[in-house]
Amino acid sequence: MPTDVERWKSEVYGTEIREHLFRFAEEGWESIPEDERDAWFERFKWWGLYHQRNGQESYFMLRIGTPNGRLEPGQLRVVGEVAKEYATGPGTNPLFGDAYADFTTRQSIQLHWIKLEDVPDIFEKLEANGLSAQQACGDSWRNIVGNPMAGDDATEVVDAWPVIRELNETFKGNDDHSNLPRKWKVSVTGTPDGSGQGDINDLALEPAYKEIGGERTVGFNVRVGGGLARNEPRFARDIDVWVAPEDAPAVAGGLSALFRDHGDRENRYNARIKFLVDEWGPEKLRRVLQEEYVDFELETAGEDVRDQYTYNAGGEGRNDLLGVHDQKDGSNFVGLNVLVGRMGADDVIELADLAEEYGSGAARLTQRQNVIVPDVPDEKLDAFLAADLLEHYSPDPSPFMRGSVACTGTEFCSLSIVETKNRQVRFARWLKQNVELPDGVDEFHVHLSGCTASCAQPQIADVSLRGMKTRKDGEPVEALDVGLGGGLGEEPQFARWVTQRVPVDEVPGAIANLLANFDDQREGDETFREFVRRHDDDELAELVEPEETSYDDPMMHNTKRTWYPYAEDDSLDGSPAPSLADGTPITSDD
Amino acid sequence: MSVSLRVLDDGAWVSVNDAREVSVSELWRLDAPAFCACDLPDFVVENVLAVGVDGRTIDAKVYGQCIACGETGVPGWIPVGRLSDGEFTDIDRERSVLAVRETAHD
Ligand code: HEM
Ligand code: SF4
Ligand SMILES: [Zn+2]
Repeated sequence: MPTDVERWKSEVYGTEIREHLFRFAEEGWESIPEDERDAWFERFKWWGLYHQRNGQESYFMLRIGTPNGRLEPGQLRVVGEVAKEYATGPGTNPLFGDAYADFTTRQSIQLHWIKLEDVPDIFEKLEANGLSAQQACGDSWRNIVGNPMAGDDATEVVDAWPVIRELNETFKGNDDHSNLPRKWKVSVTGTPDGSGQGDINDLALEPAYKEIGGERTVGFNVRVGGGLARNEPRFARDIDVWVAPEDAPAVAGGLSALFRDHGDRENRYNARIKFLVDEWGPEKLRRVLQEEYVDFELETAGEDVRDQYTYNAGGEGRNDLLGVHDQKDGSNFVGLNVLVGRMGADDVIELADLAEEYGSGAARLTQRQNVIVPDVPDEKLDAFLAADLLEHYSPDPSPFMRGSVACTGTEFCSLSIVETKNRQVRFARWLKQNVELPDGVDEFHVHLSGCTASCAQPQIADVSLRGMKTRKDGEPVEALDVGLGGGLGEEPQFARWVTQRVPVDEVPGAIANLLANFDDQREGDETFREFVRRHDDDELAELVEPEETSYDDPMMHNTKRTWYPYAEDDSLDGSPAPSLADGTPITSDD
Repeated sequence: MSVSLRVLDDGAWVSVNDAREVSVSELWRLDAPAFCACDLPDFVVENVLAVGVDGRTIDAKVYGQCIACGETGVPGWIPVGRLSDGEFTDIDRERSVLAVRETAHD
């Protein structure tokens, strides 16, 4: 039996949702018929709007998809201005204030507390500036990711940007590909550092060389079926196909059509293509693709550059895109650390000013939730690096700041089990003050996800943290499962979950003890990942040693049972939602 | 009277007549002898898989784990609320014992 979601999609879906959305915006939140709310909220996702969690009714998260994390000159300012004007609500975040933008692990932007009534004005402003929220959510092509400096990065072997742009233009809003069994996440990378993180996407195009007509030609190898969600992580699998850049849309479209026709529509939990690859194997996938979905002979895989991958790999070389790097045109790009990806709206606008003054006005977003200012000429570099704002958004931060990634969590997300972003900020600050990394270790990644959906990509970090609960002195408290030794690179590896349900206030102590044990027992200059690989799970569990320390966690108790964790009266009964366009609470009469 | 029951946002919550009623992250005390060795499993709801109505009882099938022993899985159908005149009535799920039941749903 098709699910309700499938049925709603068959009734009204795709671009036509927009006119309904605008009508509801015009007539106000209460004009959505009560018995149609589930259906409309599901459909709104197609236009980038997610209804926020329980207790925050009538407020939406808005996701702006920026293909490859690319913001053209002027767009960062628009994001800051939209955030400042519209992304405010009844709750104030104690660390980030009233209006902020989140840069996500898929190189998109998320704004919170958006009122339905403001959506037409927001869309008008975004669209007038070449930005869009369309199809950033829902069962369709998601925002395409990659190295955000594609086309400019001096290390690049093939320019991925024209391919990404064409895929985006061809498949976004394309009726043949807008109703897939499940989301479809694509990564296209042209640099040899692995910074597109292809391995954790449904479809990955990675740079590779192939002899074509006697010429060594650069194009992409194709991998399929990666993803992290639901305790079922998979790395994308090699399907033995090389594709020339000009044929990439045919192959990528063939694969999404194959997924459309063969993915599991009966069971959403089994729908992602990773499960189809499990079932069929890469050979059958290749055969069906060849026979039914492309009309030219597929090449076999070319010679890849995976042995050069360093991004989030835990070893030497570029583990992220922070700091100053060369562009092809002789100028520089400067990666700045945005702790947990959240930036106050005023700071976004100030950064837009700096980008205009010292660069071209363009900006880029990375999969580690950071921001890049490109096109900074050598002669302006020192002045840019001396700007006050860069003290807070540093190109060279402490490893604990640099390594932090966190998802949305109980602040807004309905799937969450624990508070995340503010907690990760507290963790990072405490670690920076209290813990030294062993000699020669200057990268240490800690990723915190509020549930198994794994939006913060916890399984590919040195220390993976995932939301859980436990009891402490009989009382239920927020807790984290702790995993170790994950990362990407030539041979990617998922973290092993070695210690379960550590009360959140004991987690910084656990990391401190783990690092002390690593320092003590380290062999030569082995990396943390190598160290983890050499031990079995029980040995590792012993090295973790959770412990209370000077770290104090103010959000131990059930932040999900609040309407907003940081409100003075945080009880669900105290919620001001739903509210009218101006924020006045709507009181129900029952 | 017809009632609409759905699991939405990838198993984040149960909708009854287009209102959010039961959500992941709740901590339930279960009477579920087959689930784990604990007397009354102390169970965190991580994902809602299905919802059904059997007479006046609304039951949910959920994935989660016992935080006392770490066992994970799906304990079976668990009563999460009641229906009267087509309206949902909450039960205090976090402060009562919820007994896994045989139902007509499967
Ligand atoms: C309102 C908040 C959010 C909601 C309701 C939400 C919803 C979800 C859901 C339901 C999944 C599981 C999908 C599955 O089962 O395949 C998921 C996974 C994911 N989401 Fe989100 N999400 C939210 C915020 C975010 C944020 C802040 C990011 C960061 C970019 C993000 C990026 C991802 C990623 C990377 C995954 C993992 C998917 C995979 O690789 O398999 N989401 N999200
Ligand atoms: S990992 Fe879970 S808690 Fe975090 S944003 Fe994703 S769905 Fe929400
Ligand atoms: Zn148990």
